[in-house]
Amino acid sequence: MFKLFKIFFKIGMFTLGGGYAMVPLIEEEIVEKNDWMSEDEFLDVLVMAQSLPGPLAVNTATFVGYRLKKTRGAAVCCLGTVLPSFLIILTIASLLTNFYQEPKVLSFFRGVRPAVAALIFTAVFKLKKGIDASLFSIVMVVFAILCVAVMSWSPIIVIVVAALSGIFIYPHTKWRV
Amino acid sequence: MKTVLELFLTFFKIGAFSFGGGYVMIPFIQREIVGAHQWLSADEFIDVLAISQVTPGPIATNSSTYVGYKVAGFVGALSGTIGVIGAAFLLALFISKRFEKVKHLPQVKLMFKGLRPAVLGLIFSAGISVGVATVTSYKELAIAVFSFVGIVKFKIHPIVIIAVAGCVGLILF
Repeated sequence: MFKLFKIFFKIGMFTLGGGYAMVPLIEEEIVEKNDWMSEDEFLDVLVMAQSLPGPLAVNTATFVGYRLKKTRGAAVCCLGTVLPSFLIILTIASLLTNFYQEPKVLSFFRGVRPAVAALIFTAVFKLKKGIDASLFSIVMVVFAILCVAVMSWSPIIVIVVAALSGIFIYPHTKWRV
Repeated sequence: MKTVLELFLTFFKIGAFSFGGGYVMIPFIQREIVGAHQWLSADEFIDVLAISQVTPGPIATNSSTYVGYKVAGFVGALSGTIGVIGAAFLLALFISKRFEKVKHLPQVKLMFKGLRPAVLGLIFSAGISVGVATVTSYKELAIAVFSFVGIVKFKIHPIVIIAVAGCVGLILF
């Protein structure tokens, strides 16, 4: 149990750049090094983790933990994954609230902000690969943009409508490829 | 105490509806944290995104910890973080117990036929709104364009891009 915690703490500690970066590391520890799961089992877990809302790393860790040690394992793995970033952000937040108004810090962040905008657009490009080029997809994209950017509706409406349309409308569309 | 509870509920809601990981949280957090509750300014929220990118851990948990701390100190950070992972943890636990039964449900696959393009639209909108808020002169535009080309064309790591952009900011602004 402690070993599980240690492994997920380490993964949580050393993966920069969000949840997706953690997946290959989890696979290496669970499938290759420790042989706790087969490659196929891990893939099933991954697909399921991607189908659920919330941070991917948290979902994956919870699934893996449950497989190995039931509910307690799930809690331990989830905690291990989140704890490092929690502590790091806590430290940064407490420091930054004191220095945020410093001119140097302000101009640093003024430079960073346009880069963040660019970063978000690169995510759009990456996502494009997983979507089939059909009229249905285009309607969904436009619908999402209209709701959020033009109508200022909650993204929750978009998510619920999109999920339901996928299940009930997509199978009946003739224009899919 | 009311604020701590509000933090928990707000981030629980954000966690429960963000399919597709990472950046899809942005429009949710913008709406709830910057818009409805005004816990962060629009600029500060973008800065938190930048910090999340250069520190380990999921963006969602990082933002919830930061916002929670700013609004209500350590207890706030705890409450926001537990909130954002709460839904994910409970749902993953629930499914784990029925894993074999739900593994091959065709509805899950179909659901994503609708969700994926919608998520793309959501993230695109988030990019536009962050872009409009930050790019106010040709200097910012140049940083944005160079960053985009750097990541997409030259595959430079986002951490490097953020560090360089910050240093350029120190010189320009």
